[in-house]
Amino acid sequence: MLTQMMLQRLMDHDRGGWVFLAVLLAIGILVPVANLLVPADSFFHIPTYTVTLLGKYLCYALLAISLDLVWGYCGILSLGHGAFFALGGYAMGMYLMRQIGTRGVYGDPELPDFMVFLNWDSLPWYWYGFDQFWFAALMVMIVPGVLAFLFGWLAFRSRVSGVYLSIMTQALTYALMLAFFRNELGFGGNNGLTDFKDILGASLQSDVTRVVLFVCSVVALALGYLVCRFIVTSKLGRVVTAVRDAEARTRFIGYRVEHYQVWIFTVSAVIAGIAGALYVPQVGIINPSEFQPLNSIELVVWVALGGRATLYGAALGAGLVNYIKTVLTGALPEVWLFVLGALFVIVTVALPRGVIGIWRQLRMRGNHG
Amino acid sequence: MADDPRINRPTQVDPDRVFNFLVETPTREELIDTARGVILYLEDISVSFDGFRALNELTLYIETGELRCIIGPNGAGKTTLMDVITGKTRPDWGTAYFGQRVNLLRRSEPEIASMGIGRKFQKPTVFEQHTVHENLELAMESDKRVWTTLFCSLTGEEKDRIGEVLELIGLSELVGKQAGALSHGQKQWLEIGMLLMQNPLLLLVDEPVAGMTQQETEATAALLTRLAGDRSVVVVEHDMEFVRSIAKQVTVLHEGSVLAEGPFDAIQEDPKVREVYLGS
Repeated sequence: MLTQMMLQRLMDHDRGGWVFLAVLLAIGILVPVANLLVPADSFFHIPTYTVTLLGKYLCYALLAISLDLVWGYCGILSLGHGAFFALGGYAMGMYLMRQIGTRGVYGDPELPDFMVFLNWDSLPWYWYGFDQFWFAALMVMIVPGVLAFLFGWLAFRSRVSGVYLSIMTQALTYALMLAFFRNELGFGGNNGLTDFKDILGASLQSDVTRVVLFVCSVVALALGYLVCRFIVTSKLGRVVTAVRDAEARTRFIGYRVEHYQVWIFTVSAVIAGIAGALYVPQVGIINPSEFQPLNSIELVVWVALGGRATLYGAALGAGLVNYIKTVLTGALPEVWLFVLGALFVIVTVALPRGVIGIWRQLRMRGNHG
Repeated sequence: MADDPRINRPTQVDPDRVFNFLVETPTREELIDTARGVILYLEDISVSFDGFRALNELTLYIETGELRCIIGPNGAGKTTLMDVITGKTRPDWGTAYFGQRVNLLRRSEPEIASMGIGRKFQKPTVFEQHTVHENLELAMESDKRVWTTLFCSLTGEEKDRIGEVLELIGLSELVGKQAGALSHGQKQWLEIGMLLMQNPLLLLVDEPVAGMTQQETEATAALLTRLAGDRSVVVVEHDMEFVRSIAKQVTVLHEGSVLAEGPFDAIQEDPKVREVYLGS
C-alpha cells in the first residue's frame, strides 16, 4: 500500500523516468548474459572490455545525476563536483590497496608499495580501518559528505551564490588536486592508487567480478535516480526549485534557504562519492588527475547537453558525451577537446534545455499538428 | 536557533518572568500581545542612507483589524518604512514593537515573517515554475526544517486551508495552472494568497493595483476589504481613486515623516497635504 503510493508519487508524470529505468533493467540483464553465457565467437557476445566501459559510463551517469540535483533543481552550479567523485574513488582505492597485502612488489603485508618506496615505516593513522570493506564503504559517503557540508555551510551561510560559488568550487577541486599530487599526503602522489588485486576476496581480473561490478553500477544508478526523484517530488524538492527561481522570496516565506542548500549539496556529494567508489574498481586506478577542473567542467557539459532538471537527461548526456569521447579519442585524439568546447557552445546557445528539451518540443509539436 | 521557528523566546529578560525556563514556551497569540488594540508601534524611527534621511523621526501606530492606507509622493519613505517593519533595514534610531512585547529591531527577517508580518512586494514575485497550488503549499505556515519538509505530506486540514484561501482570492479554477502563465492581476492575488497561508496578523501590501485593469482593481479593493478585520492590513498606494474606495484611515508620508493622518475626506481637505501633492 505504502510502496504503491510511493511508486505512484515517484513515477507519475515521469514517462522519461519509466523509459530510463526500463533501459537500465534491460542492459542490467542483457549485458551480463551476453558476456557470460553467450559464447565468445557469437555475434551477440559482449567482450569484458565493453562491459567495463559501459560500467564506467554508468558511474558517470550517476555522477551527472548528482550534479543535476544541485544544478538543475537548486540552481547551484558546482564546477567542482569531480572532487567528490574522486574522494569517493580514493576511499575505495584505499580499501583495494590494503587488499593487495603481500602481493605487492615489495611484499610488505601492511604498507602499500608507494609507502615502502618512500621509506615510511608505519601506516599513517588515516589509513587505519580501510582494510575493512564496511569501513571503506562508509568513508566513501562520509568523506565527500563532510567536505560538502563544511564547504556548503561556509559558502551558503555567507550567501555566496552564482558565479562566485562556481569559482570557489572550481578552486576547491584544484586545491585538492595539488594536495593529492604531493607524496607527503600519503595517497600515492601523482601515481595515485593502482595495481589492485581483488575486492571482497574476488579477483578484479575475472569476468564474473567485472559483471558483478557492472550490475552494482546499474543498481546504484537506478537507486540513485529513485532517491533523487524522491527528493525532487517531495515538498523539499519544491522548496529547492523555489530557491533556484527566487531565492530572496523563499527566504522571505520563512525557509532557511542556506539549510536547504547545504543539505542538497551534501546529499549530492554523497551520491557523487558512491559513483566514484564504483568507478575505481572498474577502471583499476585513481590518481589526482580525477580532481582536474576540466573533469568537473566536462561533467557540466554532460548535464547541460542531456537536459537540466530531468535527472534522466543528465544520465543520457553523460552516456552520449562519453561515447563520443571514447570514439573520438580513439580515432582523432587531437580533435576531442575542440568537440567538447563546441558542444559547450552549442548547448549554451542553441539547446538551453538539452537533448531532452528538443525531444519534448518535437512531441509537443506532434501533438498539436 | 529555537526548536520551533515560529516561537521565539523573548530575548530580553522580562522582570515579571525571571524564571522563564519554567514557563511553557508562549504561543504566538501570547507572544504578540495586542491587549491594547494596537498591533504595531513605531516610534521615532529614523533611517539614513549616505546622509540622506529616508525616514525622519517617524511615529505610527496600526490598530488590530484596521485597513490603513499609506500614501505619499516618491521618496517619502514608504518602501523604507516597509523595510524597517520587516527587518530588511535596521533604523539608526527609534523603536518598533509588534504587539506590546516583540521588539522587531531584534528579530531577523525570517523570524519576523514567521511571527505574522506578511509583506506583498510591488512586483509580483510568485514562483513561476510552480503551480498555483504549489505556491500556496510552499507559503503555508508549517514546520520549515529540512528533514520534516522532505518527508511531510499535506494533511486534510492543510488541504482545506489551501482550498479556503483559493476561494478567498478567487483562483479555485486555476489551481493546477503554472503561476508563470497567470495574468498580472491573478499573480498579485496569488501572492496575497501566499501571504494568507502564513496566517499573518499584519499584512503589508505594496502598490497592489499598479498595472491592473479597472476590473482587477475593483476585485482587489473588494479582496483587501474582506481581509481586514481578521487581521490588520497596511496598503501603500499611489492610486487615489483606489485609496478612496478602500480606506477609512489614511496616513500621508512626506520627507520621511507623517504629514497627516485621518479619514480620507479630511486628508483631502488638509492644506498641508494639498501643498505637497499639488505643489500650491
